[in-house]
Amino acid sequence: MAKVIGTVEIEAERCKGCDLCVIACPFDVLALADKEVNDRGYHFALIKNTDACVGCAACATVCPDGCIEVYRFVEK
Amino acid sequence: MNHEDIKSQGTKVYSRPRLLDDRTMHYCPGCSHGVVHKLVCEVLDEMGLENDAIGVAPVGCAVFAYNYIDIDWIEAAHGRAPAVATAAKRLNPGCAVFTYQGDGDLAAIGTAETIHAANRGENIVIIFINNGIYGMTGGQMAPTTLEGMKTATTPYGRRADLNGYPLNITPLLAQLPGTCFVSRQSVHTAAAARKCKAAIRKAFEGSMAAKGTAVIEVVGTCSSGWKMTPAKANDWMAQHMFEAYPPGDLKDTL
Repeated sequence: MAKVIGTVEIEAERCKGCDLCVIACPFDVLALADKEVNDRGYHFALIKNTDACVGCAACATVCPDGCIEVYRFVEK
Repeated sequence: MNHEDIKSQGTKVYSRPRLLDDRTMHYCPGCSHGVVHKLVCEVLDEMGLENDAIGVAPVGCAVFAYNYIDIDWIEAAHGRAPAVATAAKRLNPGCAVFTYQGDGDLAAIGTAETIHAANRGENIVIIFINNGIYGMTGGQMAPTTLEGMKTATTPYGRRADLNGYPLNITPLLAQLPGTCFVSRQSVHTAAAARKCKAAIRKAFEGSMAAKGTAVIEVVGTCSSGWKMTPAKANDWMAQHMFEAYPPGDLKDTL
C-alpha cells in the first residue's frame, strides 16, 4: 500500500508562537520552541516528531500568519 | 526519507497564498484576521480576479488589510465601507467588490450603510468579522458583545438592562430580499477554515453573477481583547460565541 509521508517548512522569523498549529496537528508533529526565540521574541513553532507528518496541511490552514509550507510524498 | 528529500521529491501541497504580500502582519498572535486574509487571497486567486478585485478596508484592526492583500483597495471612513463599495461596484460592474469589516465597524457605526446596501441588493460581498469586541481600541464593548461578557467598558460583564442586548445583525440582513447568500462561518479549525473558504467563494460567485449582496460573517477571536491565549480563545468561542451566533448558512438563493 502506498504510504504518504510529509513534512513542513516553518518560517520561524514570521511565526508569532500562537500555538494554533500545534493544537491543529492530528499527529502531534509540531511543538513550540522551549527556550529559543526568534528576532521578535516569540517562541516559534518547530518540528519535534519528523516521522509522524502525513502532509495533511491542517497546521498551515489554521496558521494566521502563513508561515507554514507543506510537502507531501507518496512512497510506492 | 528525511526532511530535505521529501521537500525535493514530493509535491508542495500548501504554501502561503500568492496574493498575500510578503510582510509580517501586525495582528496579535493567533488572530482570526490572518486566516480570513489567507482565504480571501486564495479565493480571488482561484477565481482569477486578482486584477479585477476592489476591497474596501474598514476602520478597526483590519484597517491595514491593504498592506497585506495584493489587490486594489479603498479605505473607507468608519462604518461607510458598504456605501463606498456601492459606488465602486456601480462604476465598475465587472469588478469583484468586497468590504472587509469588523463588528464595531459593521454593526455599530455602519449599521445604516450595511442594512441599506443589502436592502438595495448591491452586488457586493460583505465579509464581516465578529469577535464581540472593539479589538483595535483596547477591548471596549461592541454591539455584538455577549451578555455577561467582560470588556474594558463592561468590567462586570454586559448587562442587558444597562447595555442592551447583543445585536445579531446577520439574520437581520438575511431577511432582506436584496441579499442572495448569507452565511455564518468560523476559522478556528482546519475544517472550519475550509468551509469558510467555500462560503467566501460562493459569495463572490453570487455577487459576480449580479444576484445581490452576499454576506459572510466569520465568528472570530480576539485573544488580546478577551485576555486569553489564542488556543483558549478558540475554545471559549466554540463554547460561548456559537451559542449566540451558531455557524451555518442563513440564506442561500444561489
